[in-house]
Amino acid sequence: MRIALFATCLADTLFPAAAKSTVLLLERLGHEVVFPEAQSCCGQMHVNTGYQKDALPLIRRHVRTFEPYEVVVAPSGSCVGSIRHQHATVAAAAGDASLAARAEAVASRTYELSELLIDVLGVEDVGAYFPHRVTYHPTCHSLRVLRVGDRPLRLLRQVRGLDLVELPDAEQCCGFGGTFAVKNAETSTAMLADKMRHVLDTGADVCTAGDASCLMHIGGGLARLQAGVRTVHLAEILAST
Amino acid sequence: MTTFLGMPATAPPGVGHLRGEVPFPAAAHEALANPQLRRNLHHATSTIRAKSGGVIAELPDWQELRSAGAALKADTMARLPALLEQLEEQVAAAGGVVHWAADANEANQIVTDLVRQTGHDRVIKVKSMATQEIGLNEALESAGITAVETDLAELIVQLGDDRPSHILVPAIHRNRAEIREIFLRAMPGVDAGLTDEPAVLAAAARRYLRETFLSTKVAISGANFGVAETGTLAVVESEGNGRMCLTLPDTLITVMGIEKVVPTWQDLEVFLQLLPRASTGERMNPYTSMWTGVTPGDGPQDFHLVLLDNGRTAVLADEVGRQALHCIRCSACLNVCPVYERTGGHAYGSVYPGPIGAVLSPQLTGLPDNASLPYASSLCGACFDACPVKIDIPSILVHLRNQGPHPRAEAAVMAAAAYTMDHPRLYATAQRAARLSRLAGRRGRGLPPPLNGWSASRDLPAPPRQTFRDWWAKR
Repeated sequence: MRIALFATCLADTLFPAAAKSTVLLLERLGHEVVFPEAQSCCGQMHVNTGYQKDALPLIRRHVRTFEPYEVVVAPSGSCVGSIRHQHATVAAAAGDASLAARAEAVASRTYELSELLIDVLGVEDVGAYFPHRVTYHPTCHSLRVLRVGDRPLRLLRQVRGLDLVELPDAEQCCGFGGTFAVKNAETSTAMLADKMRHVLDTGADVCTAGDASCLMHIGGGLARLQAGVRTVHLAEILAST
Repeated sequence: MTTFLGMPATAPPGVGHLRGEVPFPAAAHEALANPQLRRNLHHATSTIRAKSGGVIAELPDWQELRSAGAALKADTMARLPALLEQLEEQVAAAGGVVHWAADANEANQIVTDLVRQTGHDRVIKVKSMATQEIGLNEALESAGITAVETDLAELIVQLGDDRPSHILVPAIHRNRAEIREIFLRAMPGVDAGLTDEPAVLAAAARRYLRETFLSTKVAISGANFGVAETGTLAVVESEGNGRMCLTLPDTLITVMGIEKVVPTWQDLEVFLQLLPRASTGERMNPYTSMWTGVTPGDGPQDFHLVLLDNGRTAVLADEVGRQALHCIRCSACLNVCPVYERTGGHAYGSVYPGPIGAVLSPQLTGLPDNASLPYASSLCGACFDACPVKIDIPSILVHLRNQGPHPRAEAAVMAAAAYTMDHPRLYATAQRAARLSRLAGRRGRGLPPPLNGWSASRDLPAPPRQTFRDWWAKR
């Protein structure tokens, strides 16, 4: 299958391993991956911070860039959530019904990585090997916006050598929330403190998730504590052999 | 032909409790530093979450019930004026008197005048968000009328000279040791040997309140529902204090937000299933009191209903935001909110805290007066999942954020970021420049506000030697 990769601006710029791993994983599974270079950002930060006007050109760019492709994948539940649940709404609110319709069409062909693997490609065992004790944080937008459910866990359970440990209070937000993490930095930190405590309680040496943004947050906190726990994107684990 | 009368007014400033003194982050700073508060809130909210989750799981048709509740509310809002007039007719036909209050000042004046007309200077109160919203107790006090709260938690708040911090459990921020101290300090006639056993504390409140119930001739309540079809008012509560207030006095004055009307008696079937399970985690509400006007020889013989707008019509005018009026005040969104659990209710500055408060308060007052509240959420979505009438709180938060007002510097940065990301060459240059953040180190030394808020507790990611884009181009 020919799959267009939406790398997401965050992974492209700061966490390229998540996007690279997505490419390597899908190629290993026998698929062709293309990277439309005109892509940049889904505009979620602008929409969620109250700047829909500024997000509109980004949404337009995203739709134009990915319209030609039949299947689009992104290694982020949050960005796919924005594409699926915000793009058309913002376009419609701006009075651009045609963009809204095109955005809906692109959204209907866009998948978060675990959705693509299980729902579209029909694979749970991707042939990965990752000999570590791992705990999985489900991330709010994967969980409550996309409803990916246990798809990431089903993929992780098939990874050779991986010791999967359940994260207590897993469904609680890590406190990232985009600009929430700086606008309400102290409340965000209080939420992070509890998330880190739960991660450390598992005794895992790796905390994984389907979103580089939440991992940047949890990882930033763990690094500050010199906690000795790494954050690794789900795509990186699934790409490991 | 219609006449445009202008946009409806928001709740007036200077009266009631819808506005905080400081923005949310500053208020949260105080709360986060209070370990006792954090402990009390975590214990209370996780207990209610578990209890509520358990009884909700028992119902196979919970999702259908939520949809029914949402549909009933949407229908009600679509024909609110007609339903309110029907309610007025029915209440009047049953011997009650209906008063229309455009805002908090009018409502306070109407209630004060009604109490004065009775010749009494003390009233008993059923826990009511609407009267907290308009600051009725303070208005009565300045008219020389004493208002005694009879809900246990409201009594704790009142005796502690405190403010409620939760819609359903107003003293959720207090533990039993603190409650014992408040009672010893402020409860008239309290036993000096009071312990902090819950049963002992409840007995002390019961003794004090029983005397008050039996000797007070005027009661003031809110209303959970007002049935347009029959003119019936309903109050649901857990302690029986409401039943006392609604039946013992000669005069009953009910202050009801206009969004509390429901079209028909049968509609209560849906809400009386949704409310207890979502709020207190009970299968059925313990005390459900319903009354229709005045019944000769039984209960209060003088009944007044005050219909309160106080910004609600302005909320109704907003196509996205009006969903906030669907709220049945169950507090489920507070109990699941990770922000509320850590900051408590006072940080929101309004009697409506938590996620619903973050969307309701700014709309009632107008955004500039509560500009920080729509940002008091990580948009985690737990509130939307928990809401028994499916209010899409995250979408309303995003909608309100889009209306501003925005700090000028932030707006400039946001515009520049969007411009950059819409221009590939600039974007590629900016991505490479991100590597310069190495200069700040992982601790983010020298970062300007608000970015230093991140680096105060979280390391910055180490910028990669190569962006994905560069890797792709070179493979």
